[in-house]
Amino acid sequence: MDLFLKELPQQLVNGLTLGGVYALIAIGYTMVYGILGMLNFAHGEIYMIGGFTGWWVLHLLSRNHHVVMNAAAVIALMIIIAMGVSAFVGVLTERFAYRPLRNAPRINLLLSALGVSIFLQNLVLNYQGAKARVFYVHSLIPESVRLIHLGPVVITLTRLIVIVVTFFLMALLSVMIKRTKAGKAMRATAQDLEMATFVGIDVDRIIVLVFIIGSALGGAAGTLVGLLFTQVDYYVGFQAGLKGFTAAVLGGIGSIPGAMLGGVLLGVAESLAVTFLPAAYKDVVAFAILIIILIIKPTGLVGERVPEKV
Amino acid sequence: MEREPVLKFEHIDAYYGSIQVLYDINFEVYPGELVCLLGGNASGKSTTLKTILGVCKIKNGSIYLKGERVNGKPTKEIIERGVAIVPENRRIFPKMTVLENLELGAYLRTDKEAVKREIENIFDLFPILRKRANQMGVTLSGGEQQMLAMGRALLSRPEILLMDEPSMGLSPMLVDQQFEIIQEVNRRGTTIFMVEQNASMALSIADRGYVLQTGSIVLHDTAQALLENEMMKKAYLGGQDGEDEEDEI
Repeated sequence: MDLFLKELPQQLVNGLTLGGVYALIAIGYTMVYGILGMLNFAHGEIYMIGGFTGWWVLHLLSRNHHVVMNAAAVIALMIIIAMGVSAFVGVLTERFAYRPLRNAPRINLLLSALGVSIFLQNLVLNYQGAKARVFYVHSLIPESVRLIHLGPVVITLTRLIVIVVTFFLMALLSVMIKRTKAGKAMRATAQDLEMATFVGIDVDRIIVLVFIIGSALGGAAGTLVGLLFTQVDYYVGFQAGLKGFTAAVLGGIGSIPGAMLGGVLLGVAESLAVTFLPAAYKDVVAFAILIIILIIKPTGLVGERVPEKV
Repeated sequence: MEREPVLKFEHIDAYYGSIQVLYDINFEVYPGELVCLLGGNASGKSTTLKTILGVCKIKNGSIYLKGERVNGKPTKEIIERGVAIVPENRRIFPKMTVLENLELGAYLRTDKEAVKREIENIFDLFPILRKRANQMGVTLSGGEQQMLAMGRALLSRPEILLMDEPSMGLSPMLVDQQFEIIQEVNRRGTTIFMVEQNASMALSIADRGYVLQTGSIVLHDTAQALLENEMMKKAYLGGQDGEDEEDEI
């Protein structure tokens, strides 16, 4: 028990880092599901491409493992460009793989998403090879500020950056969804797509916007995890995608606050689990949570049900 | 009185897949009128509305909005030309507040100040909505939802307001209230095209009516004349005055 209490604040911080990332990924799943009723299995690959983009920006701005400009600016550029590239790829997948199937049975969309996932994975594999690319984080963050002590908690600067960026992005999205006209149009479209067209909302544009936002957040997550675990390879999207999906279901798929809550809870649960169990059980815990939620509360914690479409 | 109709159907044939649902439909709605389209289940009433909105495709014929042919135009463009709908079952956005639902009605408008004023007008017309302004749509009663759907549609300042079965799912008392509201909105100048099964109720407030039977218009006249028509009395008005015929299936 003593050990637990001593470890608790530390594991909570670790859990928040991981959870914030899961939440960012989950948002992409949940937004697309909310409007199209489809699971976008290619979303993990969008995340992976974000990770590679971040690595590539860092690589371009480094000489002999030293960054050529202000480190904070490099990190900002990595995240922003990763968001842009991921959003672009997300929009392309929507335009060419999903939109033509809008009126086809759901299963066709699902298969198309799986196809896009395999396609993107192999594209990156052919282009980048199977070897992991390493983020030379120590060139970004000098030794002297790498660890920060906050009372009983030791937090690396990288983790702090991840937490700040993820929660900033989530706050930004929340305000956008709640207050702006586009945000209201997105909610209306998710709740009743046909009625949304009847008040004059251009649903096609809203769907593109949803893919832009979801993919950009996924791309940001990819780069943030790259900074955290210092590497990326063509296969990272699979695991991350499953975690994001689990978080989305845990919170209640279709609900954006649910995805945020689900992500953070999943991250914290995983971190707490490894204080008691060998680290290899991390994923066992994550997917046990998924199965339990599916059995006892299929609508998730927030459980926002989109009304039946007529 | 040579006026241009707001809405005009000319020899419309419409299909669901390979099944023909509308046969040579002709009608027009003039500015300021309240026109109803009557008929039983599966007579093609809802399809008629869907063809106006561009949801259901037309094989032959023309639809005109204020003299312009709009066949095959996407729904968004039809809405932009001043069509608004209070759909069957109202279809309030359930997880949005009353105020947000009203704002969405004005989605295509950019004159924010005027929209704000008109939302106040809607609140004056339906004071209960002001009380519920920050409640989710899903928490409203059927009658309140009907008011909200009406308010939402009016906020687009429609050239023509389509109403799909406004009496559906409402208690008899609320139906009376509902039709009073429709009459009031029409009296204030909104042109209304209403699709309704409850013929006697609809004709009591309408200017003119068309009767649809298995996809064809079999009768059209002023509301007064239809109320006195022998065939109408037999088939739709249920014999005695004021007694509503239940759906014949």
